[in-house]
Amino acid sequence: MNETPLWASESFWKKTAIWVTAGSFLILVVLTMDSLSKTSAGSQRVPAYSVINKKIDYQLNKELRKSMPVIGENEFLFGKEYTEEEARQLVDLGKKTTQAKNCMNCHTLLGNGAYYAPDLTKAWLDKGWISKEMREDMMVKFLMDPEKNARTFGSNRKMPNLNITEQEAKGIIAFLKWMSSIDTNGFPYNFKTIEAEE
Amino acid sequence: MNTSGLNGVIQNVTALGEKSRVYLNNFKAWVQLDSTHLSDGRQLAVKYFTVAIILFFAQILFGLLAATQFIFPGFLYEILDFSVNRMIHINAMIVWMLYGFIGCVYWFIEDESGTEIVGLKLGNIAFWVLTGAVTLVVLVYLLVQIGPGKDSSLWLINEGREYIEAPRWADIGIVVVMLIFFYNVVATFSKGKWSGIAGVLTLDLVALAGLYTAGMFYMTNITHEQYWWWWVVHLWVEATWEVLVGVIMAWSLMKLLAVRRKIVQTWLYIEVALMFGSGILGLGHHYFWIGTPEYWLTVGGFFSALEPIPLVAMVVHAVYDSGAHAFKNGNHPALAWIIAQAFGNFFGAGVWGFMHTLPQINIFTHGTQWSASHGHLAFFGAYATINIAFFYLAIQQWRGNVWMGGGTHNAWRWKWALGLLNGGVLGMTIALLIAGYEQSFIERAVEGSTWGGYFTAQNHPSFQSAMVWRLFFGGMTFAGFILLVWDLLTIGKGETRKAPEIVEI
Repeated sequence: MNETPLWASESFWKKTAIWVTAGSFLILVVLTMDSLSKTSAGSQRVPAYSVINKKIDYQLNKELRKSMPVIGENEFLFGKEYTEEEARQLVDLGKKTTQAKNCMNCHTLLGNGAYYAPDLTKAWLDKGWISKEMREDMMVKFLMDPEKNARTFGSNRKMPNLNITEQEAKGIIAFLKWMSSIDTNGFPYNFKTIEAEE
Repeated sequence: MNTSGLNGVIQNVTALGEKSRVYLNNFKAWVQLDSTHLSDGRQLAVKYFTVAIILFFAQILFGLLAATQFIFPGFLYEILDFSVNRMIHINAMIVWMLYGFIGCVYWFIEDESGTEIVGLKLGNIAFWVLTGAVTLVVLVYLLVQIGPGKDSSLWLINEGREYIEAPRWADIGIVVVMLIFFYNVVATFSKGKWSGIAGVLTLDLVALAGLYTAGMFYMTNITHEQYWWWWVVHLWVEATWEVLVGVIMAWSLMKLLAVRRKIVQTWLYIEVALMFGSGILGLGHHYFWIGTPEYWLTVGGFFSALEPIPLVAMVVHAVYDSGAHAFKNGNHPALAWIIAQAFGNFFGAGVWGFMHTLPQINIFTHGTQWSASHGHLAFFGAYATINIAFFYLAIQQWRGNVWMGGGTHNAWRWKWALGLLNGGVLGMTIALLIAGYEQSFIERAVEGSTWGGYFTAQNHPSFQSAMVWRLFFGGMTFAGFILLVWDLLTIGKGETRKAPEIVEI
């Protein structure tokens, strides 16, 4: 009568807690090793940094019904072909600058961050840069003096001047171009690139 | 500078010091708190609680500034930009909650272990080091704000990674302080007695400190960087913090309602099993769209959908125990906040999290105000509430275990503070939810997620009015906070009745 059934006993749940925690953590470690190897720069899902030398576009995969990145022919950034190491250095400068300027507390990157300014995941491919010919120049000017070159889309929200140098601006653009080539499982939904026909 | 000028400066500084000493003494005479009622360990706990409340104030203040900028984008432009306000808003939140948790542990550890805290002196030094570091970090956030794209900026100014922006030097400091805290906990239980609560707490703190180091590295590859960043952010707030709250809740239900140890500990193990069983692999719901493989859509979707289950268990646990003991307890405000925690955690973390956790809906909601809506109710419901409950427990003992049950003088204050804070946060949550719905439909589904689509959604009247309502309810939250502080400083003052003895039934 006074005996506690197994399902209500303290020791049973203690053991369960330990096994469940250890088991889940072990699975997480295995999946982490797999995910990191499948997403290193130069993998199928996360292209090498030298992808900044190429044209990047998205095409709807009709079977999966999601947009997939398509890496096309040469399309040099700032008219220069970068070696893998040069490309890595430039993207690295850009990535570091986005952190030092605290971009993530207004923008989202891969959808993570703050929601005061637009997502940067596919910023390189956005129609907001009007045409591919104007894009690089517009981006450099905007980053270096966002107040004068403000693009507020009627919202009155202006990016502040963050003292970004020309080299840093080029780094950011390289970083954005590289980031836009990552296969994000179709996020953001239904994105129309600057290449897309109206 | 000539000597008379220097003398003048020294005189001014001395006068200022003297003046603040007088103010401080007047304040102490007014609040009438008597630290001789507290053990040395609990005196350290209330130091942590005090800083927690100051940072809670900073969280709300900078939240209000950021909310105002959504309506008036020119407000404080290039002085305190949105990015700065928002960073301090969320950092102050993380840090005040950590301060609260550390305070809670210092508060109950002597009671739980049956002995005095081992290494308390070191614990006190760690408190001052941490507080000094936090002050310096905030000053740099405010005055320096940003740096050039170099490693030195990440080491000295900020790392630019949401929630864990603190510069690298501060990361190292935080780890050192956490190790001292961990030493206090383990050495105290080793000297006194271990218990189920002690065991879960110790293992949880190992995970808590260990996970933080996963976020201390710079990486060029943003997919890898966000992968590890989520290890810290998710495995803290959706796993180890939840378990820590389970531990604190278990101890407080024993103290407040005299629930039997065997019952709370069995519940605690069930909660740990459910929490870690769903939360560890539930991490996968952050790996849908950052470049990681497709299998995370299945793993993350499935396990994160299970995350509300332990929170339901916690509601049942808290409400059942309160009912079984006919709500007889020695501290009404504390119990009210514990009940608020059970429901807030369930709705904020559980329901609001579940609503957008499956990838089929998350592809529309990820990176919209949906996340902000969930974040507000979850952090407040799960973590702010339990800390506030402990502030009330602490103030009761600080005044010498006075009566804080039915018929407390000026009880309207704690009740109104409870109502305004919960109503304010709930109001913000609903306003942000409406904004999130609107964004998901217009920006994502209709416009195709371009910058043009983003701004079409931002300029939409329903989004704009949602932002006004959010600011309004932010103001309500602020009013609740002011009332809460006033109540904490005055409740039980001049009370001569002692708290009733709560006995096990």
